[in-house]
Amino acid sequence: MLIAIFADIHANRQAFTACLAQARRQGAQRIVLLGDYVGYGADPEWAVATVMDLVEQGALAVLGNHDNAVGSTRERLNVEAQVAIEWTRGELGPSQRRFLADLPLRLEDEDRLFVHAEASRPKSWIYVTSAAEAARSINATSAFVTFCGHIHRPALYCMSATAKMTAFTPRADVPVQLLPGRRWLAVLGSVGQPRDGNPAASYVMLDTERREITYCRAPYDVEQAAAQIRKKGLPTRLAERLFLGK
Amino acid sequence: MVKPTLQTGSIVDGFRIGDLVHNGGMATLWSASRPGATMPMLMKVPKIGEGEDPAAIVSFEMEQMILPRLSGVHVPKCVAVGDFAVQPYIVMERIDGPTLLARVPDIPLPYADVAEIGVKVATALDDLHRQHVIHLDVKPSNVMFRPAGEAVLLDFGLSHHDQLPDLMQAEFRLPFGTAPYMAPEQLLGVRNNPRSDLFALGVLLYFFSTGVRPFGESETLRGMRRRLWRDPPPPRRLMPDYPPWLQEIVLRCIEIEPAWRYPTAAQLAFALSHPSEVKLTARSQRLKRDPWTTVLRRRFNRDLTWTRAEPALAAKLAAAPIVAVAVDLADGPAPVNDALRVAAGRILATLPSARLACVNVLKQGRITLDTTLDAHGHNKHIDRLVALRHWAEPLKLGDHRLTVHVLEAIDPASAILEFAQANRADHILIGAPQRSLLGRLLGGVSGRVVAEAPCTVTVVRPSRLGDQDEPPSQVQASRDTRPDGPPGSS
Repeated sequence: MLIAIFADIHANRQAFTACLAQARRQGAQRIVLLGDYVGYGADPEWAVATVMDLVEQGALAVLGNHDNAVGSTRERLNVEAQVAIEWTRGELGPSQRRFLADLPLRLEDEDRLFVHAEASRPKSWIYVTSAAEAARSINATSAFVTFCGHIHRPALYCMSATAKMTAFTPRADVPVQLLPGRRWLAVLGSVGQPRDGNPAASYVMLDTERREITYCRAPYDVEQAAAQIRKKGLPTRLAERLFLGK
Repeated sequence: MVKPTLQTGSIVDGFRIGDLVHNGGMATLWSASRPGATMPMLMKVPKIGEGEDPAAIVSFEMEQMILPRLSGVHVPKCVAVGDFAVQPYIVMERIDGPTLLARVPDIPLPYADVAEIGVKVATALDDLHRQHVIHLDVKPSNVMFRPAGEAVLLDFGLSHHDQLPDLMQAEFRLPFGTAPYMAPEQLLGVRNNPRSDLFALGVLLYFFSTGVRPFGESETLRGMRRRLWRDPPPPRRLMPDYPPWLQEIVLRCIEIEPAWRYPTAAQLAFALSHPSEVKLTARSQRLKRDPWTTVLRRRFNRDLTWTRAEPALAAKLAAAPIVAVAVDLADGPAPVNDALRVAAGRILATLPSARLACVNVLKQGRITLDTTLDAHGHNKHIDRLVALRHWAEPLKLGDHRLTVHVLEAIDPASAILEFAQANRADHILIGAPQRSLLGRLLGGVSGRVVAEAPCTVTVVRPSRLGDQDEPPSQVQASRDTRPDGPPGSS
């Protein structure tokens, strides 16, 4: 089965549309969404409506910290993100806010675990920036492979039978075999606000039969996404960074 | 994990296990067969029991990832890969014949034989590097030859793939490799430099041509580290008749500083197959090792040259192409030859490691036995070489970046194509057909080269701005059949 996995959509309609279309052309049979559907971007209502539709059709979706911030004032966010969330609260209707509030922190599917941030304490929203955090995350689960987002930079970690860690920055479009003798943590890049220096939207395709993971990039209309952010009166830096991918 | 014991006659995933072929330190090799399969096959099984080297598992995982992605004549074809959950194995094509290790009792070999081995192994390494893999364990026992002569590289357990996780790098702090052949940078933990393979091949060539291992056989880290600063005796000191061109090549391969070696395996193969074109530097004349002052400087001031960020493998190969330019000298200076020189100059100006091979075809009659002398008694071949050098002179390239070749052939297009293939050219420059009637008749040459070349071809035409109904001055066609070869530089 081919599973398309998306993280950190962040209300970027142009980017998510491009990713979904490309993943469907690649033959995606199932969709998994790793949270942060809103925040930063200009189309939160469309984003949540789209996610709700996808979930209705069988997609899996977990909660992200920005999604949680919509209904909770306890989430700590940076200043620009805070402005965007305050605006987002005024955009989403009650059923959409309820949908976000009801999302689970983690979901398991066979030997796969889906979570927004580091898996040992999902609610703490810890960034996986190095092999040390990756090891903590892998040790906290029994899954063969964990998928998370949150940091907006693609990375792939594995732990050998002797608990040695390997860190790897995946190349776009090069499938990597998830060797069965190891346990894996796939950190996804972001759909709606990439931060690895490449402005193209980032997602993952997983081939469960071949046990292969492929990090994919989808170019999209950044001009349009940025124009919408400016039009909605959100901080201009949120528009500018989309062009740089950082 | 269950540890089944394999034996002759066992059936694993439909493969029938035959004889034990080899019992190595990290793995065993069995002959294998399957109903309906005609290709001879081997099953490689790692040693993963108690007390075995943990590196065996990791290096086997690396080979399981890398081998299925490789293709071409220079690697054994991968048939099947078995899971660690049940029985880990790799089934691959069995190459008949002995490894290069079987030649060791006969060394030193004649210089021409050593050069021939070098060309074949360097060609195989070039193919491997173009597939994003650095072997990192080149040695006689990992080289075999197909009946047609192509070298086959074996054992990718220590290899590095430019686009896959490097499990070996992460797992172990000590360098892995084979002591006599390991490049100095490998001792420092560098695993992403393709020139490490050129170093190992240089050691092999030194050993096969002199009978002496340049860096000894010490297995201790301390003994191995000496190669970080101490150069071996020049081969000419050991063998008075050692050809200077071969010493030039061998010593350049085993330069301590990777950047001072050949930029690519293709350029090394090129040098080994054209001894008369090798630029003889001070290396070729050396009879003594470097003076102690130099050695001490390297020992204690390594940061003068060492440790800098390395670009990706593919970028490195693309930065050092072999560019073949087909120059037609038949009718004296033609405008197209000037245009060719301009086009060649543009490419070489942007890529300091690129080299230019100027090719001219001396057309032979189909029936008549041509004399080598022209009407005035000059040697045509020599004249053409002189004319090619004259053509290239304004480019001011120097011998290390320029070679000239006169090919005697009946069919010019075939000759150019064969030259490009044999020398692994990355790019061919060729003049467009002339406008004259004769030119149109001869014009089939560039057309065929474009259609059949194994690499990018640029057809160059003198600019005729002002003429009407003319196509643009350069037409480029890319027919790169190699995986991820250098893109066309349009």
